[in-house]
Amino acid sequence: MYNPFSLSRKTILVTGASSGIGKATAIECSKLGASVIITGRNRERLNETFSELENEGHNQVIADLCETSSLQNLVTGIEHIDGIVHCAGITKNIPFQFATTDKLSEIINLNFFAPTELTRLLVKNKKINKGGSIVFISSVSGVLCSAPASSMYSASKGAVNGLIKGIALDLAPRGIRVNSVIPGVVETNIFEAGVISEEQLEENKRMYPLKRFGKPIEIAHSVIYLLSDASAWITGSNLLIDGGLTLQ
Amino acid sequence: MELQEFISNFADQFEDTDASEITKNTIFKDLDEWSSLLALSVSAMAEEEYGVSFKGDDIRNASTVEDLYMILKNKS
Repeated sequence: MYNPFSLSRKTILVTGASSGIGKATAIECSKLGASVIITGRNRERLNETFSELENEGHNQVIADLCETSSLQNLVTGIEHIDGIVHCAGITKNIPFQFATTDKLSEIINLNFFAPTELTRLLVKNKKINKGGSIVFISSVSGVLCSAPASSMYSASKGAVNGLIKGIALDLAPRGIRVNSVIPGVVETNIFEAGVISEEQLEENKRMYPLKRFGKPIEIAHSVIYLLSDASAWITGSNLLIDGGLTLQ
Repeated sequence: MELQEFISNFADQFEDTDASEITKNTIFKDLDEWSSLLALSVSAMAEEEYGVSFKGDDIRNASTVEDLYMILKNKS
């Protein structure tokens, strides 16, 4: 069957796969024929994702990407891959006057340093096949706009924006593409722990011309486009998927 | 944790509202300057000063400054 978005015969590493965008991405990749390696910190939740993967030949690795030994262990266990999807990330809504270096470090460590170092190790050890594709889950926040109390999160994603352009150039000779998707707000449990009330969320939704937040599966599908050979001439770009938020 | 100290820390989050306008009985959501950003500031202040964080519902369920103080006190 004709399918330019097929991921068959590709092995894809998905971080942050125990929930949200990472979980949806891992599952959708498996449905499109990829062998998927999923990582996450929480064994139970990662196993839940693993059980929802379709077809055979998948792997799961418990890893804390902020720990050097854990990262090294993950990389060592990988033979060759055709794609990476960096989904692991956190957000914190903290007004700037409270954005201490400690709090900033926590966010930058997971949202920026961890995916950077993981990518570097995989590249250095030549684990990414020619024609491979690396996708970062970034955000409109920090690339096109920001939001109140989001300076630290925006800074981490702004850093990713610069990074992908530089890596895209460095890896182009190896035939490896590097892109990001920049979603608006997506309905994931990243909010559950937050201070933002239901009312505030409803108000935020009204800012979107399409009148709702994104769904993890919608982000997963844009990631799949970037992983597939359908996007073979796209590198160093940010794929905007925001329900029209940044139009006005 | 003292109520007076909490009121002072709470008032400190405001720019245009004079601290004298804020007492334990102030219905804080009625203050002109109150906003979702201020709610986040109050929450960050609570974490910084008292090591306790508010949830969205905590601030929504509180009416007066003293209500907030009681919620915080029960958590710490």
